[in-house]
Amino acid sequence: MSASRLIAFAAAACLCCAGSSAQVTSERLVNSAKEPQNWMTYSGNYSGTRFSGLDQISTRNVHSLVPKWVYQLGSTGKLETSPLEVDGILYATGQDDRAFALDARTGRPIWMYQRQLPADIRPCCGRVNRGLAILGDKVFMGTLDAHVIALDAKTGAVIWDVAAADYRTGNSFTVAPLALKDCVVLGVSGGEYGIRGFIDAYDAATGRRKWRFYTVPGPGEPGHDTWQGDSWKVGGAPAWNTGTYDPSTNQIFWPTGNPAPSNRGAGRLGDNLYSNCLLALDADTGKLKWYFQFTKHDEHDWDATQVPIMIEAGGKHRIAQANRNGFFYVLDRTSGKLVSASPYGKQTWSDTRDADGRPVAKKEASPTLQGHTVCPGALGTTNFMAPTYSPQTGTFYVTARDQCDIFSTAPQPYEPGHAFYGSAYFPSEESEPYLGFLKAIDPATGQTKGMFQHTSPTWSGVLSTAGGLVFSGDAEGNFIAFDASTLKPLWHFQMGGAVYAPPIAFALDNREYVAIAAGSAVYAFALP
Amino acid sequence: MFKCLRAALLASLSLAFAAQVAAQRNPLAGDPKAAKAGEYEFRINCALCHGLGARGGGRGPDLTAARKKHTHSDAEMFQVISNGIPGTAMPANGTNGQGVGMTDREIWQIIAYIRSQEVKTPARPVGNAAHGKELFYGDANCSLCHMVAGKGGRLGPDLTSIAGSRTSEAIIDSVRNPSRRLAAGLTEATKEFPQEYETVTAVTADGKQIKGVTLNEDSFSVQIMDMSEQIHFLEKDHLRSFEKTRSSAMPRYGADTLSDKDLDDIVAFLMTGVAK
Repeated sequence: MSASRLIAFAAAACLCCAGSSAQVTSERLVNSAKEPQNWMTYSGNYSGTRFSGLDQISTRNVHSLVPKWVYQLGSTGKLETSPLEVDGILYATGQDDRAFALDARTGRPIWMYQRQLPADIRPCCGRVNRGLAILGDKVFMGTLDAHVIALDAKTGAVIWDVAAADYRTGNSFTVAPLALKDCVVLGVSGGEYGIRGFIDAYDAATGRRKWRFYTVPGPGEPGHDTWQGDSWKVGGAPAWNTGTYDPSTNQIFWPTGNPAPSNRGAGRLGDNLYSNCLLALDADTGKLKWYFQFTKHDEHDWDATQVPIMIEAGGKHRIAQANRNGFFYVLDRTSGKLVSASPYGKQTWSDTRDADGRPVAKKEASPTLQGHTVCPGALGTTNFMAPTYSPQTGTFYVTARDQCDIFSTAPQPYEPGHAFYGSAYFPSEESEPYLGFLKAIDPATGQTKGMFQHTSPTWSGVLSTAGGLVFSGDAEGNFIAFDASTLKPLWHFQMGGAVYAPPIAFALDNREYVAIAAGSAVYAFALP
Repeated sequence: MFKCLRAALLASLSLAFAAQVAAQRNPLAGDPKAAKAGEYEFRINCALCHGLGARGGGRGPDLTAARKKHTHSDAEMFQVISNGIPGTAMPANGTNGQGVGMTDREIWQIIAYIRSQEVKTPARPVGNAAHGKELFYGDANCSLCHMVAGKGGRLGPDLTSIAGSRTSEAIIDSVRNPSRRLAAGLTEATKEFPQEYETVTAVTADGKQIKGVTLNEDSFSVQIMDMSEQIHFLEKDHLRSFEKTRSSAMPRYGADTLSDKDLDDIVAFLMTGVAK
């Protein structure tokens, strides 16, 4: 977008907020591309592209980018939040279920919500939260004690608070919810505890649950026979990353995670539906339209919870996912049929395909009692790091790592609320040094057409912009702008803390900003 | 109803273990099944730093020694695992951002496992510590790069407390094969431990060659201590070249350079004679 178009967008936004301050209608969310100055959903739009139409910051001037403000949370632990920015206010989340609103021009706080969490929660993998959803005059958050809450966007006051599940058996929420139409959709975390996974939709006005889709089918439901005995009761299949939404078909595309116990397939023989799937659900009812299972009967903790991205290609409606198992998948969004599956990192678990072209696990890749090396490792070729797709370059960008682990297995009885892995993984002493990359993948061919190698693997997400740029962070604390065509770094800034979050972009007062969380702070950058 | 029963069960288990924590003894001591369960818990939660078999990793001490660096009794060990060790890389249970953290019962299982791995009566170092000290500061040239009790060089790790974190065998292996661990690569657990002692060579724009070890590095900059302990802060895009190898700056001491007996003497100094 040119500077003049940016001004036009800014003027339109001012007119809008003069009439309906902070009201985010579902129409605005559907038409988010018309207001690139705002970042209103986890991925910036319903397609999941994490692409910003702003182009004031470009390959020509990014070298002069400077920090405009820093907001310090003053707390410890990781920040995985993807902020929202709407009409001049930035909304984000922090450790231990903090939520806060900042003046997006200055970084000065407007309100802070701090949840009083029970002392006995045991969330896996950090007391993290990946962000909020916004609709009307409320923001929505899933909590570590498995509640869903609505906060007043102007004050942070609790409007409603509903318990979705029992946290004591390992249920929690870390996902950024997705607001659509009049409801809020989110999926549960807890695949490490043998929960029974689900995706829920709540009425945004009241908090009443509208529907629930259990990702592990119960008796009599299709797919139930893919679980041995009673294993379905503790089958896992969480849904802890944000899906996408196609308003034209009123379908949600939501990814699911590993079956439990993660490292032991004995006792849960079968495909274990709908673990490690992409699900197409009716947005009004939660009814299953189709599913595609990436890793059947997974024994390596390869959650398929990576953000799927809707891509239009020559009249074809595709959806693409860089999967934790090391393959980049492109599906037909209408039918759920596989179009292509291409390795984009080091993998040793599959060298054959089934009739649909889906990679099939080698028998010898199964974990053993003594343990043996399989690639990728349990952390996967990628993980929760949000990817991006730039329609400008036609390229999918994803944070990736090459790492192998020793996978072992052993019987483990289920105990409510206790870790339920069925043994473990740990670094392979024979493996190469862990390598971390930003990779550029052509969805048309599945081929990796460019990469940047980080000093060490990073957990940062990726943003692309109409300025011909890709932004990401690294484990050493750098925020980096890359040329989207070459992945050559054009600018970097040392933020002083490792990055576990994805960047966003927004605009105010004819000025484009990029923002990202690092260490225990949120940073915003703009041209001088 | 099921939920109520389950909650009651959880509560009673918690109470039982809380009582045992207060009693400061491992309720699972000597139970081989608990030790086996603890082995798997150890792999999930501890092996990243403390290594497989608790024999020490890139970051955490070897735990197979009966006498540990920070903790001796079961109760102390329980406290250390639960709360971490302030001022060190040892995190409190459940706060390392990976894995789910452990229940009290699982911590006791890990302690049972660690006890099962301990070498109860480690052989005392066979060498002569006094002679080892002479060699360390003299003919073997160890102190050119290594410091003990404030005396020595800075290029290599400070070995003052090595007795608490490494076995004699590990020290001997490091002397005979100094690059072995580096070759295995920078693991997740050790990457925040920047001083990896990789040998690096940088050539500046004006052609000056700087060889040494990295103190820290990212994609755009590197801090190098050269062989004369000068520290250089360099931006990579200003360098003519920058190369690093996964071989240690420490020379390999073969038996022809340092006899087995002399090495035993140095190990004896490091294991028993440092304080003397």
